[in-house]
Amino acid sequence: MLVRNRTTGSVIRHAKRWQNTWSGFLFVLPTVIVLLVFVAIPMGDSFWMSFRNWNLFGPSHFVGTQNYADLIRDPLFRQSAWNTLYFTGVSVPLTMFMALVVALLLNRPLRFSTVYRTAFFAPVVTSMVAVSLVWSLLFDPTYGILDFLLKAVGLGGVGWLSQPGWAMLGIVLVSAWKGLGWDMLIFLAGLQGIPEPLYEAARIDGANGWHQFWRVTWPLLTPTTFFILVMSIIGSFQVFDQVYVMTGGGPINSTNVIVFYIYQQAFQFFHMGYASAMAWVLFAAIFIITLIQFKVVGRGVNYDVS
Amino acid sequence: MTFLEPTVARRSLIVTTVINAVLVGGAVMTVFPFIWMLSVSLKLPQDVFTYPPHLIPHPFAVGNYAKAWSFVPFLRFYINSFIVAGAVTIGQVITCSLAAYAFARLRFPLREPLFMGMLGTMMIPGQVTMIPTFLIIHWLGWINTYWALIVPGLASAFGTFLLRQFFATLPKELEDAAIIDGCGRLGVLRRIIFPLSLPAIAALSIFTFMGTWNSFLWPLIVENHTTMFTVPLGLTYFQSEYVTEWSLLMAAAAMATVPVLVVFVVFQRQIIRGIALTGLKS
Repeated sequence: MLVRNRTTGSVIRHAKRWQNTWSGFLFVLPTVIVLLVFVAIPMGDSFWMSFRNWNLFGPSHFVGTQNYADLIRDPLFRQSAWNTLYFTGVSVPLTMFMALVVALLLNRPLRFSTVYRTAFFAPVVTSMVAVSLVWSLLFDPTYGILDFLLKAVGLGGVGWLSQPGWAMLGIVLVSAWKGLGWDMLIFLAGLQGIPEPLYEAARIDGANGWHQFWRVTWPLLTPTTFFILVMSIIGSFQVFDQVYVMTGGGPINSTNVIVFYIYQQAFQFFHMGYASAMAWVLFAAIFIITLIQFKVVGRGVNYDVS
Repeated sequence: MTFLEPTVARRSLIVTTVINAVLVGGAVMTVFPFIWMLSVSLKLPQDVFTYPPHLIPHPFAVGNYAKAWSFVPFLRFYINSFIVAGAVTIGQVITCSLAAYAFARLRFPLREPLFMGMLGTMMIPGQVTMIPTFLIIHWLGWINTYWALIVPGLASAFGTFLLRQFFATLPKELEDAAIIDGCGRLGVLRRIIFPLSLPAIAALSIFTFMGTWNSFLWPLIVENHTTMFTVPLGLTYFQSEYVTEWSLLMAAAAMATVPVLVVFVVFQRQIIRGIALTGLKS
């Protein structure tokens, strides 16, 4: 504003630089402050706390690596870690596979494609708490509609949420049902990025649908698949809502997952240090898995369309 | 050649029919839980577990909704969710576009380290910072207030990154002209960048609103008065109070999901475009 329509270039540049500096600082300030106070500082604080014992009310004591050592020996921690891995190992591939099938079927001109897409995507926008309530009813072992339908085909009598062997599969089903639409949408965006001439060339070379998928679609879709895989694993490691609503971690801790156990330790037993140590183990796991994926899977990922 | 065509046409018709059949089956299975929720929400308590189950309630027990609405302060939960999700969304659009513009266009000391640091915070799961953040909120005396739900959400590394990538694609010449005409940086952002970035802003707003509206673990930790509950918290409260009243519970679940579903169906074109946009960018 100072330089309006008058002075030479150097003055304009000088004034502009001065203005840029101050505007720049002021513009990032709110974001920097909030991220500093609610992410960066808590991050350091949580690390510090993981080496201490504190019950929220009394004084805290430095205990060295005691919390971490206790974690390794804690059978419940081991079980919740295993449950989280099991949940991830089943729900991520299942959801991604179904989403890919739906995306492949939808990736063509169909009269009702918008209707289908809307239907598959609808669960994504709803709250996990609300749909977990609905699924609790569907899963009811004696009166649930799912049991009724399964009995019709000779199965059934499964205590979806009440039998230790089945409860986690119940959690998986809800998560897959809710997550499918999201993966489907990203897959569709990826599929639409594959140039049509590649398929024409493949057809001219006599490739059938199966070959076209494995030689053209699958390799060119790897960046998309990879992206969904990384995001899904990170998301699955943090599963909480459906467990809280549907099983409360039971029966006999068969659905107790890491975040649920952190929640219990921190906000029911007030073992702040122990819970912080657990949170750091979770963070390390997410960090390491992300690194491994970028290193190992990243090598086979095809980013090159040419 | 010509006598082959009917066969090809018939074959493609068969393929299309099979594909449609599979998609209809999948779509019905996906939507079914919502339909069952509505069905049970309109049944009398004694009709919920009839055997064999029936889909159409008889009679329609519309009163379930009034009951569910009055048994817990549902209106209050809705208002709370609106206040919190609305404030976080507006706040985030402002802070993210300011920071994004600075990172995209302005030169200032420490720009690169600040940007890298911000990206670094995206890798940190909320559960790691949850306990100390709870203590900060506690220390500020914000437990059981809106501040606890709003203030930590007033900035977003993801949102800033998303908008920065979008702003960087806009032509610089428009801004230069405005600056020469005496427009300040804030004016440029408000009058030129903002109107050109509406798709990205809309995507960010939808994400933020949806995420805040549906979030559960954080409100569970910092809100323990019924009057401060958001809709998801209110639902679990309802569940704990009326554990066997399935028809009322489903009415409550329907009141929480149906408005969201209606908004989604109405705005689905924009929502889906926004998600594809952000999904690909990140």
